[in-house]
Amino acid sequence: MTTPLLELSGLTKAYPGVVANSEVSFDIARGEVHALLGENGAGKSTLVKTIYGLVQPDTGQMRLDGKPFAPPEPRAARASGVAMVFQHFSLFDAMNVAENVALGMEEPPALNRLAQQIREVSNAYGLPLDPDRIVGDLSAGERQRVEIVRCLLQEPRLLIMDEPTSVLTPQEVNILFETLRKLRAEGVSILYISHKLEEIRTICDQATILRHGKVVGKCDPKTTAARDMAEQMVGATLSTPSRAGGRTGEVVLELTGLSAPAPRAFGTALRDIDLELRAGEVLGIGGVAGNGQDELAMALSGEMATAPGMIRFKGREIGREGVTARRHMGLLCAPEERMGHAAAPDMSLTENALLTAGPREDLVRHGFLRWGRAKGFAEKVIERFDVRTPGPGTAARALSGGNLQKFVIGREIMQRPEVLVVNQPTWGVDAAAAATIRQALLDLAEAGAALIVISQDLDELMEISDRFAALNGGTLSAPRPAQGLGIDEIGMMLGGAHDMAPAHGES
Amino acid sequence: MSNIDPILLLSAIIIVSTPILLAAIGELVVERAGVLNLGVEGMMITGAVCGFVVATLSGSPWLGFAGAALGGALLSMIFGILTQLFLSNQVATGLALTLFGLGLSALLGQGYIGVKGPAVPDLYLPLLRDIPVLGPILFRHDIIVYLALAIVLGVWIFLNRTRAGRVLRAVGENHDAAHALGYKVVRVRLMAIAFGGACAGLGGAYLSLVRVPQWTEGMTAGAGWIALAIVVFASWRPGRLVLGAWLFGGATALQLALQASGGVQIPIEYLQMAPYLATILVLVILRAGRAPGSLGRPFHASS
Repeated sequence: MTTPLLELSGLTKAYPGVVANSEVSFDIARGEVHALLGENGAGKSTLVKTIYGLVQPDTGQMRLDGKPFAPPEPRAARASGVAMVFQHFSLFDAMNVAENVALGMEEPPALNRLAQQIREVSNAYGLPLDPDRIVGDLSAGERQRVEIVRCLLQEPRLLIMDEPTSVLTPQEVNILFETLRKLRAEGVSILYISHKLEEIRTICDQATILRHGKVVGKCDPKTTAARDMAEQMVGATLSTPSRAGGRTGEVVLELTGLSAPAPRAFGTALRDIDLELRAGEVLGIGGVAGNGQDELAMALSGEMATAPGMIRFKGREIGREGVTARRHMGLLCAPEERMGHAAAPDMSLTENALLTAGPREDLVRHGFLRWGRAKGFAEKVIERFDVRTPGPGTAARALSGGNLQKFVIGREIMQRPEVLVVNQPTWGVDAAAAATIRQALLDLAEAGAALIVISQDLDELMEISDRFAALNGGTLSAPRPAQGLGIDEIGMMLGGAHDMAPAHGES
Repeated sequence: MSNIDPILLLSAIIIVSTPILLAAIGELVVERAGVLNLGVEGMMITGAVCGFVVATLSGSPWLGFAGAALGGALLSMIFGILTQLFLSNQVATGLALTLFGLGLSALLGQGYIGVKGPAVPDLYLPLLRDIPVLGPILFRHDIIVYLALAIVLGVWIFLNRTRAGRVLRAVGENHDAAHALGYKVVRVRLMAIAFGGACAGLGGAYLSLVRVPQWTEGMTAGAGWIALAIVVFASWRPGRLVLGAWLFGGATALQLALQASGGVQIPIEYLQMAPYLATILVLVILRAGRAPGSLGRPFHASS
C-alpha cells in the first residue's frame, strides 16, 4: 500500500469545560471502510467536523494524499474530495430533490441537467430517486438517499457517514451496505461512524475506537468480537441482562379484535389484533418499521381511541379511556420519539417528569403543581438510571440521546406500572445505556409488571422477551415463546407481505 | 357612483399600491431568508422623511429616493445587528424598530411640515401613452412605478432562477442545514434585511414625494403593516404579492373615489376601513402557503 488517503496526527480540540478530542491520530487507507466507534459524547462528531472543515483543531495536523490538509470551511473540504452525510439530515423540506442536491455542490449544473445526473447516479448505485419530488414528502430512507447522491455527484474520495443507519429499516440498511460496497470497490474511502457493532462487523475493514476524546484502541472488526469492541468503547466490562425468569400471573391486558383505521396519512390500519398479556411477562413485538408499531402503541397508550371492548385492562373495558385515565389505572406507555413526543425539548427534566408522572406520583394537587415533589421524583429517576446531567433543572434538549432515553424510560418505570408499553426503548442509545435500560425493564417484569416491548432490534427482543410476536401490515402474529425461536422462524413471522425492495436487482 | 371615471380609478390603483408593493417585496425577501422583521412601518416612515428631506435640500427627487433607500437600509441594520449578532428576539426588536422609526422620522421632519418638495415627472413613453384606455392606466406613471414592478420581477428571477437566490431560500428554510453545508447564514440574512430596509424606504419616499406629496408625521398610516400582511397572503411568492398589493390599492382607490363622488351616504370612517377589511378578508379566505421553515427562529453557529 502507498500513502494512506487521510492521515490524522495529534488532533486536539477543546471547548470550554470539555476536551472533545485529545491527540487523536489514525490513518484511513484508500478504498477502505473505516469505522469510528465510540459512545455518545466520545468526540466522534467533533472529529468528523474537523475533517469536514466545520471545526478548526487547536493543535495537530491532517494530511490528504500526503499533502497538508486544513480545510477552513466545508467548501474547501468538498473541493478536496471530502463529502459528508449528516446524522441529522442537512436537507431543505420545501425544496425538491434536485435543488437540495444543487445546494450541496460547488458548481451545480442547470437544474434539468442535474436532474438527469441524479437519475443516472442514483440508479447506478441502487438508490433510485425522483429529482422532482419535494423533500418534505420523502421517507427517512429516501431523504438519506438524497444526501448520499449529493455526495456521490461530486465524486468524493472520502465519504463520511455519521450514524447513517439510525433512521433506516433493515431493508434500507441492506441497500445502503450494497452501495457502500460498490463505492469501496471503486476505491472510495468511507469513514463510518456508528455504535452499532454488528453493522460495523458487517461492513467495515478497520475500526478506531474513541473514548472521552482519545483513541483507546484499533482493531479489525471482522475478527474482533462485538463484545470486546463494546467493552473498549465503554471502558468497563458489560453485563448481559439477566433475570431469574418465567413465573407469570393473571391476565392483565387483553386485546380482542383490536382494529383501528390509520390515524394519519401514510399510517397503517390495525387489523383484528388478539392478545393476552400476563403479569410478569415480557412480550416482544418485532416487525419492519411502518407495519403498525406506532399505531399499536397509540391505541394502547390512549392517544387513539378504539371501541371500548377491544382493549381490556384487568377485565375492564378501556378502549375509550384517555391517556391520563389509563395512567391512573397503571397502564403506562413510553413512545418512540424522545424529542417532542416522550419529552418536551425546551422544558426542564422536572417539568418533563410532571408531564407524565403527575397522576400516579401525586405531583398535582387541586390543580396546582407540587414542584418540590416533582423535583424529588426527577432526581430519583436521574439517580437510579444514571442520567448524566447537571441536575433536574436542565432542559431535555441539552441531554444526549442516550441520557434522555434513560430518563424517559426511567420516568415510566419509577411510576410502578402494572403494564408498561415501550416503543424502541434503546433506539440510538449506546451500548452501556442500552444494557441499563434492558436490565431495568427485566427487573420491572421480575417485580410483577407486564411489559410490551416494541422494537426493530431483533437481538434486543430475543434477549429480553418471554414471548415474541410480529406486526405485519397492521396484523399481529400469534405470540410464540422466544426461547429457542430460530432466525428462520422469525423471518417467516416478519415476512409475508413485504417485498424486500430489490433496489439492487437491476444494476 | 356614476361620476367615478374607471380609467382614473384604475390608474389610481397602480399609484396607491406602489408604496405597499415596494415595502412588501423587500419584506418578502427578508422572510424568505428566515427573518421576521416587523419594523416595516418604521423603515417606511424613515424612508419617507429621508427621501423628502434629501429631495428638498438637493432639489432632485432621484437623490431623494436614493436617500430614502439608504435611510431605510441603515435603520434596518439596527434590527439586523440586534437580531443576527446579538440574537435578540425578532418580534420584539421589530416592534421596537417601528416605534423608533416613527419617533425618529418626526424628529428629522421638523421644519419640513407644509414644505413643498420637488415634483416627480411622469416617465414619457411615446406611442404607448397614446393607446386608448391602456395608455392612461398603465403608461403615464413616474419611473418608480415601473421600478417597483421591475424589482418584483427581479426578485422572482433571483429566488427561482439564480444560485444566490437558492442559497437565500435554503437559509430561510433550514438554517442549521445551510450552515452545515458551509453557507454564511448571518451574512445572507444581513444582506436580505438591508434589502428589505431599502425597499421599505423607497416605498415610504413614494408616499412623501409622489402620492401626497409632502411630509406629515405618521403619514404611512399603517401601510407597513398592510405590506407585512400581504407577504403572508401572497404565500411568500412574488407573483401573488403584486395581486395582493393591487387588491389593497384597489380598495383604497375605490373608497377615495367614493368619498370624492359623495354618492354614498355612509360615514366616511366605514369607507376608510374598507381596504383593511377587504385585505384581511382575502387573507383569511385564501389559505396561506407554508412559511419558510426557519422564519423568526434565532440562529447561532454553535451546534
